[in-house]
Amino acid sequence: MDVHASLRGVTRIYPARAGRPPLHALGPLDLDLRRGEFLSVVGPSGCGKSTLLDVVAGLALPSAGTVTFEGQPVLGRVPEGIGVVFQEDASFPWLTVEDNVAFGLRRAGTDPAEVRRRVDYALGFMGLADFARAYPAQLSGGMRQRVCIARTLVLRPRLILLDEPFGALDQQTRLLMGDELLRLWRETGATVMLITHALDEANLLSDRIGVMSARPGVWIETVQTGWPRDRDSTLAARPNFGAVSARLWASIRGESIKALGQAREGAGR
Amino acid sequence: MTKAAWIRLALLAAAIGGLEGACRAGWLPRTAIIPPTEMAAGGWRAVASGELNEDMAQTFSVVAIAIMVSLAGGFLVGFAIHGRPRLRRALDPFLGAYYAIPHFAFYPLLIVLFGLGPGPLIALAVMFGVVAMIVATMNGLDRVPRVLGKTAQVMRLTGTDELWRVRLPAALPHLFAGVKLAIAYSFIGVIAGEFILSTKGIGHAIAFAYDNFDARSMYGLILFVLLLVASVNLTLHTVEQRLIQRRSR
Ligand SMILES: Nc1ncnc2c1ncn2[C@@H]1O[C@H](COP(=O)(O)OP(=O)(O)OP(=O)(O)O)[C@@H](O)[C@H]1O
Ligand SMILES: [Mg+2]
Repeated sequence: MDVHASLRGVTRIYPARAGRPPLHALGPLDLDLRRGEFLSVVGPSGCGKSTLLDVVAGLALPSAGTVTFEGQPVLGRVPEGIGVVFQEDASFPWLTVEDNVAFGLRRAGTDPAEVRRRVDYALGFMGLADFARAYPAQLSGGMRQRVCIARTLVLRPRLILLDEPFGALDQQTRLLMGDELLRLWRETGATVMLITHALDEANLLSDRIGVMSARPGVWIETVQTGWPRDRDSTLAARPNFGAVSARLWASIRGESIKALGQAREGAGR
Repeated sequence: MTKAAWIRLALLAAAIGGLEGACRAGWLPRTAIIPPTEMAAGGWRAVASGELNEDMAQTFSVVAIAIMVSLAGGFLVGFAIHGRPRLRRALDPFLGAYYAIPHFAFYPLLIVLFGLGPGPLIALAVMFGVVAMIVATMNGLDRVPRVLGKTAQVMRLTGTDELWRVRLPAALPHLFAGVKLAIAYSFIGVIAGEFILSTKGIGHAIAFAYDNFDARSMYGLILFVLLLVASVNLTLHTVEQRLIQRRSR
């Protein structure tokens, strides 16, 4: 097995702050991301999914344990070759859509003609060609998220981390974007880790789905979907599709109830 | 024009008209105040005659230097403090109380330190303006979403690139409060400094007219300074509105 990124015994504890006690958000957990696989992570709200992403990307140091990417330890700096689409809107409001998408390429000193080519392609791919000169403020939330996806993809990362990238999209667009993501994944051979709260989406897109417990998030189960590499959203019509979704729900249901309790406790404090 | 703008204009016109009427009717002594039309005429004469060219050049260049030092210095210092939360907490009470200090009381000291000439004026204006910019920078940076910093990290930007290409533009609309204050304070610091102790500059010209009972020149110049500062502020306001509009959803 060709391991692309791996976590060993990783935990993340947010230090105490402003009278609040330290918060154990994640782990301990292990993870081996195989090169070229599509892994989804599902888990109840607040279980530490975004924290996991930060740690894998090198945006946050684990409180314990080690992270490696392509055989090298990840030590508080994002390694070259990793692309991240965040849960929050991260478009730059002072730049037009095309300048947003070109931002990383220009900073990396890419040849202008090549920037133009890749940006145009990405804008077309993401259905943003007509909005190249618009500012993010003129777009819907879902379109802004697509700008962020395009901005990440033009850099051709070998490992793509996506945190609820379709959260702001309607169900139909979500399905179509999922298909696009699959196509891209196949064409580029990149490794993808997708965080989502939509069980059907995880089911549809993934080779493997990691199910996380309520906080502090640890794996409760890893589900192999067994879908062919050449797949799209029509997969949902297969008879065993429902079985996978049902299995995911069965393993996450109890944890979701627990997480809801945590959230209520938090609110009552 | 909006309704509010019309009301504003009407209020201004009424105030000026009222003052004009009161002066002309002899309700106000001419030794104290002169009609606005005469102020305008006096100001125009003083400015158009060319007698003040040297004074204006002095004042504007000193103000320009003070503004640049306040803005650049305030931003860099604000950025540095922002990145050190403990230092920031320690400095907070000082920054909060800063504008309670009578800065002009330090003017003699500044002259001792910087000599006569523009040095102490620049120092005074910067003392006055820089802290507004420091505070505005820190508040502005507070409002930059964390995810933009993370994005810069993922794109492996260098520290300086992150500052100039992400943090500064992201914070820019929030910095305007500081920019406006720093500019206004620079004018106040320089002109007031010239007024107290200087041999050149618009402030000195106002003081000179005052000492010579030349009400026309004095009020004329005050009006000139007022109009100048108001138009600078209006320009900044327009730029700020445009920035905000481009970004508001
Ligand atoms: N910077 C931080 N400081 C302190 N606590 C934090 C910080 N970031 C997250 N947390 C806490 O850590 C826990 C996990 O947060 P995280 O954002 O990783 O969850 P999540 O699974 O991504 O949630 P969601 O599904 O809502 O996106 C939460 O309880 C959250 O409040
Ligand atoms: Mg999250």
